[in-house]
Amino acid sequence: MSAQSNTQPTIETVGLRRTFKGRGGAVEAVAGVDLRVNAGDIFGFLGPNGAGKTTTLRILATLLPPTAGTASVAGFDVARHPRQVRERIGYVAQSGGSYREATGREELIIQGRLFGMSKAEAGRRAVEILAALDLTEAADRTCKTYSGGMRRRLNIGIGMVHRPAVLFLDEPTTGLDPQARARLWEEIRKLRETGTTVFLTTHYLEEADALCDCLAIIDHGRIVAEGSPDDLKREISGDVLTIGVNGNGDQVVKLLSGQPFVREAELDDGLVRLYVDRGEEAVPQVLRLLDAKGLAPSTMDLHRPSLDDVFLKKTGRSLRESAA
Amino acid sequence: MRIFRDTWLIFERSLTLSLRNPVWVILGVMQPILYLFLFGPLLNNIAKMPGFPPGGAFNVFVPGILVMTALFGSAFVGFGLCDEMREGVVERMTVTPMSRVAMLVGRSLRDVVLLLAQGLILVGLAIPFGLEINVGGVAVAFALLALIGLMMSPVSYTLALVLKSEDSLAPVVNGLTLPLLLLSGVMLPMSLAPDWLQTVAKFNPLYHAVAAIRALFNASFADQEILVGVAVLVVLTIVTITMGARSFARASA
Repeated sequence: MSAQSNTQPTIETVGLRRTFKGRGGAVEAVAGVDLRVNAGDIFGFLGPNGAGKTTTLRILATLLPPTAGTASVAGFDVARHPRQVRERIGYVAQSGGSYREATGREELIIQGRLFGMSKAEAGRRAVEILAALDLTEAADRTCKTYSGGMRRRLNIGIGMVHRPAVLFLDEPTTGLDPQARARLWEEIRKLRETGTTVFLTTHYLEEADALCDCLAIIDHGRIVAEGSPDDLKREISGDVLTIGVNGNGDQVVKLLSGQPFVREAELDDGLVRLYVDRGEEAVPQVLRLLDAKGLAPSTMDLHRPSLDDVFLKKTGRSLRESAA
Repeated sequence: MRIFRDTWLIFERSLTLSLRNPVWVILGVMQPILYLFLFGPLLNNIAKMPGFPPGGAFNVFVPGILVMTALFGSAFVGFGLCDEMREGVVERMTVTPMSRVAMLVGRSLRDVVLLLAQGLILVGLAIPFGLEINVGGVAVAFALLALIGLMMSPVSYTLALVLKSEDSLAPVVNGLTLPLLLLSGVMLPMSLAPDWLQTVAKFNPLYHAVAAIRALFNASFADQEILVGVAVLVVLTIVTITMGARSFARASA
């Protein structure tokens, strides 16, 4: 959690539920979700396909009324004051939003004008966004000529035209090649500088890890874990430091197991395995301690748990398999 | 007022996009032109039959062709909306504070402008074939054609919003337009039909539209069919626009 957790959250949901009636009876896509997202954070909603990510996002973006519970975005209740919410949010759907026969500039201008800007104002804003997203050269070409990555950048640009307080991104990088994805991550990070709160859904662990200040893991419509990526990973098991000790295993274990930063030290097959809270801080301390006793290690390997380990622990399944 | 400004914005955008790819507009006018050249001349002899309305073959036929053009120019507009929905355009605009009525009416006005342009081309082409026109009558007739567009395009958009794909939309629209067309007296005047068919036709709003437009082309301004046609179209247009605007407001759900 960031330092602002005592302020009014930008997004807050209480007991949010959404049921869809299907042929086989009612399906609860969102089954009681409580969320708090702080202003200025990049918040990730991580989960496999069908977990309820998009449904939650659509409720928050006023596209879908909740069956039960409440949600407020930028200070307004989504069900009672959708208009006020819409004025303050940007929404970029998975399906995109730009029309292939329209040019990038046209799409940005009409969006600005629908938010009440004058023609001149919308035109200036379009120029600004096109430049920021490196689309100036493509501005007057129709969207169908854009590459996948360019089109995604434009769609995000359309969502940002009116400088929303909150930007919703539904699976912003799905289907992009790694280069275009990294590029898009850069653009999303830049939003933090403008103070925009970003709420994104993803089923990519790397994306949640690389991008998000805070994330919630959702499965079967329920939040199973919430926190910063580092906190979540730490909560699982801490980091594991494996040290090659040149036969001095017993001495090393004895020395290190008494240290305050070590949760547990064990000797396993000639290697010392240390369970620590913060691997990056433990490494220099271990080196110093071993050096001082003349027990220089031959190898050191730091394994940090991934978000997949977190998902596995919480749901009993691997997200990589669920998402495939 | 936001609603007028938004309507204008959507109208302007839709028209620009339609004219960028005018192939559908051109195809839309090709079919009635073929009817005009390849079917119209057949009527010259039939026009002498008892029961054929007054005014000469082309003054009977051209109003029918214009109504057909207006019907086809508006009944199939939902296909374009399916395309926009698939690209996320409708959802994107739903999450703006814009007027929901404007989403519908802006597009419908675009449809009206296109079908009126097609109508003008047809009237211009028909004059050499013996169409006689009264400028005032034709002006009012075009207002009625605009009403047909405003009545039918919300139906098509509503169906598109509900059915969401061209594949589902096509049979529904076909199933709707064919009886409307056959029971309107577009090809041949319904005065040639047996009594039961004439009775059924009176429940078809387009039947009254065709009758009113024929009277207008003949400058028979006292004909009460004109008032009936206007009244039927105005009432139905209000109904379908209300329905269509609600569908856009709900499109999100």
